[in-house]
Amino acid sequence: MEKEIFMNKYELLIIGGSAGGLEVLLEVLPQLRTDLDYAVVLVMHRRGGDSLLTGLLSDKTKLAVKEAEEKEAIRPGVIYIAPADYHLLIENDKTFSLDYSEKIHYSRPAIDASFETAAEAYGPLLAGVLLSGANADGAEGLLQIKQAGGLTIVQDPDEASVSYMPQQAIEKNAADKILTTRQIIGLLNELNHSIKPGNR
Amino acid sequence: MMIKDAEVDLLLTDLMDLYGYDFTDYSKASLKRRINRLLLLDKFPSFAELRFRVKTDEDYLKRFVEEITVNVTEMFRDPSFYRYVREKVLKVLATYPLIRIWHAGCSTGEEVYSMAILLQEANLLHKSLLYATDLNPDVLEKARKGIFPLVNMKQYSENYILSGGTHEFSDYYTAKYDHAIFNKELSGKMIFATHNLVSDRSFNEFQLILCRNVLIYFDKDLQDRVLTLFDQSLDALGFLALGSKETLRFSTISNHYIQQDKEKIWRKKSS
Repeated sequence: MEKEIFMNKYELLIIGGSAGGLEVLLEVLPQLRTDLDYAVVLVMHRRGGDSLLTGLLSDKTKLAVKEAEEKEAIRPGVIYIAPADYHLLIENDKTFSLDYSEKIHYSRPAIDASFETAAEAYGPLLAGVLLSGANADGAEGLLQIKQAGGLTIVQDPDEASVSYMPQQAIEKNAADKILTTRQIIGLLNELNHSIKPGNR
Repeated sequence: MMIKDAEVDLLLTDLMDLYGYDFTDYSKASLKRRINRLLLLDKFPSFAELRFRVKTDEDYLKRFVEEITVNVTEMFRDPSFYRYVREKVLKVLATYPLIRIWHAGCSTGEEVYSMAILLQEANLLHKSLLYATDLNPDVLEKARKGIFPLVNMKQYSENYILSGGTHEFSDYYTAKYDHAIFNKELSGKMIFATHNLVSDRSFNEFQLILCRNVLIYFDKDLQDRVLTLFDQSLDALGFLALGSKETLRFSTISNHYIQQDKEKIWRKKSS
């Protein structure tokens, strides 16, 4: 059953990725509409306490790119990056909070923690994307997004440079759509409020 | 099974009414995740059973409070922070006849031992007092013992070297089975006491207060109240140190403080 996608409603897009995920983002970001009217949160596994990622990604888009700060209100048109070595949680009042609790799936930030709390806060107004990775993180969180009525997209494992993470989500039946990078870009641009749903 | 928001509120009300623990101004997403984790970990078949246990079993209450608060910490966390303390802050503290330092929300104490090592290397430990407080008595007991898992020592040793440490890190502890037992002279100047940042008052004056990765669990109002408590507990020209993602910037006390370089260390103005 193809899930019907209602345009003009998504307030938050959350993307999680691990090994091979960054390359996808570097391709997606330059092609995202610059009049984006939903917020974007990126939760990427990586090593060390880097602020490098923010610089790297802000070079790829005219949209505002910044590290998510604790208690910050989530605003449309901004791309937020989960800081290294903290879990990024989303509160019901649509603000961020940070958490330094145990790693989940050997990861901090853990994609599951962000996906699950975002699903609670945004419900059907949330779209989640899970990219390439060698880790089981994100699959459970994506399922919770789906169960809360949100839209869930998984990178096509055939295309992903590491298929394990997308595969885990598919096996949990957490994916509404399995798409290539090119298709993901098309869909994300169509989720924008300002355009009418077109043919897909 | 996932706990509902209303159930979280019920538990928090119980904790307040029965035991005086006030978690109502904690950030909700983290608390809720911790309670869900505990439901799974302790295999409660339902929320009602968890609630009953919390209300009737004081030993379990201790576990509950310890588990819903985050007690993850490490030695020399953020080495550049410790390098700054070592190179700049201790130079100022050295001018005092008695150095009083407060580690607020110290958890199992890894950062308190880190500070004691810095003080010892600067030859200041003999005239220092390190007050280490937390709301959980059990984690304080662990801190008092100064016994930490041996598997972490490699990471801590790397952090220590990055912080500017030049000694052999393993000289500070004795390895026994899978534990590292830290030298007693480090803990000799530590004073451990339960203190709840939500409900307890200022109890002394300090030249340095460290409260790292505690405020992230509080909502904005509570953050502000706790920062005011620190302000009341800090000498003029004293230092306040926060976690790497925490800030004084939007607080009511920020006007009285100057951030030190790019570190999460603020110095109180003279008046």
